Amino acid sequence: MTTTSVPIFADESWRLPSRGTVAMLSLIIGESAIFTIFVVAYIYYIGRSVSGPTPKILDIPIFMTVCLLSSSFTIMVAEHAIDHGRMALFTAFWALTMLLGIIFLGGTALEWRHLIYIDHLTIRTNLFGTTFYSLVGLHATHVIVGLMMLSIVLVFTLLGRINQSHAERIKVLALYWHFVDAVWVVVFTVVYIVGR
Amino acid sequence: MQHQSGPISIRSGLLLAIFLLTGACTAWADGPSAIPNIFAPSTTPAYEIYYLALFVLTITGVIFVVVEGLIVFAIFKFRERRSDPRHEPAQVYGSTQVELAWTVIPVIIVVVLFLTTARILFAVQDEPEPKSALNVTVVGHQFWWEFRYPSLGIVTANELHIPTSTEDRPDPTFLRLLSADVDHSFWVPQLAGKTDLIPNHPNGMWMDPNTPGLYYGQCAQFCGVEHAKMLLRVYVDTPDQFAAWVKNQQQPAVDAPDVAAGRRIFMTEACVNCHAIRGTEAQGTYGPDLTHLMSRATIAAGAADNTPQNLYLWIQDPDNFKPGSHMPAMLLSDQQIKQVVAYLTTLH
Amino acid sequence: MADQTLPIPSPFEVPQTGTAAFLEWLHDWFVTVDHKKLGILYVVYSLFFLLVGGFEAMCIRIQLIIPHNTFVTPEVYDELFTMHGTTMVFLVGMPILFGVANYLVPLMIGARDMAYPRLNAFSFWLTAFGGLLLYFSIIGGFGLYGMGSAPDIGWFAYAPLTAKAFTPGHNTDYWALALIVSGFGTLGTAINIIATTISMRCKGMTLLRMPLFVWLMLIVSVLTLVTITPLTAAQVMLLIDRYLGGHFFDIRAGGSALIWIHFFWIFGHPEVYVLVLPAFGIASEIIPVFSRKPIFGYSAMVAATVAIMFISLGVWAHHMFTVGMTSVGNAFFALSTMIISVPTGIKVFNWLATIWGGRIRFATPMLFALAFLVQFVIAGLTGIMLSAAPWDWQLHNSYFVIAHFHYVLVGAIVFNIFAAIYYWYPKVTGRMLSETLGKWHFWLFFIGFHLTFDPMHVVGILGMPRSIYTYEPNRGWNTLNMVISIGAFIQGIAVLILVWNMIRSHRSGEMAGNDPWDAWTLEWATSSPPPSYNFATDPVVRSRRPLWDLKHPNDPDWKYEP
Repeated sequence: MTTTSVPIFADESWRLPSRGTVAMLSLIIGESAIFTIFVVAYIYYIGRSVSGPTPKILDIPIFMTVCLLSSSFTIMVAEHAIDHGRMALFTAFWALTMLLGIIFLGGTALEWRHLIYIDHLTIRTNLFGTTFYSLVGLHATHVIVGLMMLSIVLVFTLLGRINQSHAERIKVLALYWHFVDAVWVVVFTVVYIVGR
Repeated sequence: MQHQSGPISIRSGLLLAIFLLTGACTAWADGPSAIPNIFAPSTTPAYEIYYLALFVLTITGVIFVVVEGLIVFAIFKFRERRSDPRHEPAQVYGSTQVELAWTVIPVIIVVVLFLTTARILFAVQDEPEPKSALNVTVVGHQFWWEFRYPSLGIVTANELHIPTSTEDRPDPTFLRLLSADVDHSFWVPQLAGKTDLIPNHPNGMWMDPNTPGLYYGQCAQFCGVEHAKMLLRVYVDTPDQFAAWVKNQQQPAVDAPDVAAGRRIFMTEACVNCHAIRGTEAQGTYGPDLTHLMSRATIAAGAADNTPQNLYLWIQDPDNFKPGSHMPAMLLSDQQIKQVVAYLTTLH
Repeated sequence: MADQTLPIPSPFEVPQTGTAAFLEWLHDWFVTVDHKKLGILYVVYSLFFLLVGGFEAMCIRIQLIIPHNTFVTPEVYDELFTMHGTTMVFLVGMPILFGVANYLVPLMIGARDMAYPRLNAFSFWLTAFGGLLLYFSIIGGFGLYGMGSAPDIGWFAYAPLTAKAFTPGHNTDYWALALIVSGFGTLGTAINIIATTISMRCKGMTLLRMPLFVWLMLIVSVLTLVTITPLTAAQVMLLIDRYLGGHFFDIRAGGSALIWIHFFWIFGHPEVYVLVLPAFGIASEIIPVFSRKPIFGYSAMVAATVAIMFISLGVWAHHMFTVGMTSVGNAFFALSTMIISVPTGIKVFNWLATIWGGRIRFATPMLFALAFLVQFVIAGLTGIMLSAAPWDWQLHNSYFVIAHFHYVLVGAIVFNIFAAIYYWYPKVTGRMLSETLGKWHFWLFFIGFHLTFDPMHVVGILGMPRSIYTYEPNRGWNTLNMVISIGAFIQGIAVLILVWNMIRSHRSGEMAGNDPWDAWTLEWATSSPPPSYNFATDPVVRSRRPLWDLKHPNDPDWKYEP
């Protein structure tokens, strides 16, 4: 059975969406569902703590947020750079993205140290503590995982192994980073604006 | 409020048809029965549900006969026969009109079903509570039922007494459902649909039984190892019976002098940590109130009949009837248990 | 389309010579990333747990055959029904359906493997490990009553029964952890299937030319993304409560028992659609072939399934009509549940229209598929009964519900799984299963199924609740329970016949050839079993039934397909 006996299209090209993008979007949908459940729990329990510190003790983390959201911009520049084969620019902005992510995590760590040791809020203090640390912690975990993946790429870039042909895959990874930032917008709004 | 009694020919014809079809051994019991049949209602809520069920059964019954009939018919008519010609049958890919038809008709059926369902749903669930209603607070425990009558000053356990409620003498009972530990569910099929007892989430239900007698039910939400033996007995009393029962329950505990030994053991052992006997030092609330223990037909939420022999076995080791119940074996001597039982059997 | 000059050995064929060759064969199975081998691993794994879950069901039915029976203690009984439910859903249903998909989807779309073969393997081993972790609880979980306790909190694990205060041992933790782990495996496979169906179709196979089984697996995989993840989230919350002192479900700290129920059913309801939609896909492949007609209303079938996927996300609280939601809330979920019956009914009518006017061949796969059709109608109708919320206030948590969902899980899903086994076993192994044994299996299972699950409706109407290790003798439930238990035994025997058939036919079954059923989709265009690369040359298709086009060059589908 050869292909010639089956009529085929004359001029149509057969193009399908990139599997990397499809897979990453699917992962993002799944992760969004997990975050949604934690957000719903957070919202449901607003104001229901029986005792202990309330969200009033939270300081709005403006600097951290600006850093993290800017990192979406810097990673976009990096994506653009590798698309055009400008590896030096790519490396610089990729590293800058990571730096901004690390600053964000550092900010979270400082905030938590204050909450735990000064305000005496832990995950077991009350409903606010439980839902706060779970939700913000879940997000921070995703930032850490993202940073780990970004650092692998940075290492390979510095070793000279990454070039323009990897642009597609880099963009798939960047999609994950954008997702992490988008989740922060939601978490920030729910925890620091609506919940306070 | 009173449901219709007496058959109407269409309804009883339907009933007969459906019962024959399902082959169910649903005894068309009028009034209470040991068989907690949801199709033998004794209250307005249970009757409304029963009516809805018949309505839905009729519609689904017709759908069943038509659709299954067509499937079985097709299986027989279009089976391959040896005499069939060798070529394939006509290759039909679809038909928009047919698709539309069998979309629109089900939508209409859904609308009809939903409207009836919604009407009965709102009627039963949102029934306003009349001022004269009897209020009982039900507290679910692992693995027994606490019943409090706040307006009457009564606390009892496991066996609920409520009055009949008829058209000329309406006296519905409104239950408030709470839980002391995990999720439970109050289900006495002949009296009402079930409603869950969820900690931190008070629920309510109501019933207006028209026929006196003993109705059976049990916990219907898995609550742990002895969920199966968290049984319910609801005694629907005539107004006189109910008044007599209330009067008795309101009395403090009987204080018979000849069982003083048993009473002393009860009051000095750990029994008082969990149990209350009104009029004595026993004020525990973890376990059932025992003030009028002997007015109940069973012990351990229906796990055993209330006899001196069973009381002995229960106190000796609750695992005899209900392994996993929260009452510990009291480690009393044979003599001590006998004395305690003698005391308890005076608590009428 | 697949040129071969060498006979392809069955994947199960153990080399005859030497330990080294045997070890290499075994090693190959452990490190494989071939979708076909992984599919087989999933199916074999699931069939093993089908026997385990069936054994648990047997024990349950022996305990309930007479009132006040003492076959097992209440503690053990609670472990049995918890493990039975958890095993059947997570270690049988999900893996076997994803396994069948793993095997067939690349073949049906003319691809050489899944989009991410290594992720595929990783996902399988995660799922498998999750199952083993669950069963390790029997020896490892320090329970309230001593060493070793499987979870005993019900497969739904309602809080606060799962709080450390009420369930102090580790069994709940095994339940949560095992399912979190296998949940990630499922997520990986779902992502893989989506990427494969969207990005790896062969030339000419537009989305609307994919076999319906592939369509349904695509929809199921998308649904899985938002189904399994809420359960993972809720289980993480449970573990935070139990180990980090969290208060998600801690009543005294203001936590809510209700929120667990919502989260669980937000997972639990779409989950049953994740289980049933692949079964529908299997039926949509088998019924046309054995009626000798294409599926009636392909586009309507796709549209109806997409509708089911969306609506299924909005019906979850029909499991909660008795928890005390407002009447408006109850009414909303009654309506949404009734609405989902419309697209489901459309599918039933389309299957009916497919066999209508056909030439029905009663081979074993078709027997199971036809029984599915008849039984699924009943399951759907009892579902409508349960959607009438006030009636559900009586039926909820009774044996009527157990009857309904077993009618779907066994009567629809397991029957289709059996149909799939008889239909595709020749493709996987190169040999036909015995038709005689197949018919014995079918009739015994059919009779046993009805003996068990038909009376269950009645005993539920007579007020018997679920999750009880025994019952009172004067309730009128005795005879019915005995009949139910007898039916369970008959089903067990039938399944053993299937296992025997599968083992025996592997050695001595009739050789199948490429296309024993005269079917029309791409998997039948290659050898049985397929070579590791699936197709010698990439297929090119022009209609939904490429093999029909090849077999009927004067009358190809692409001339007529709407």
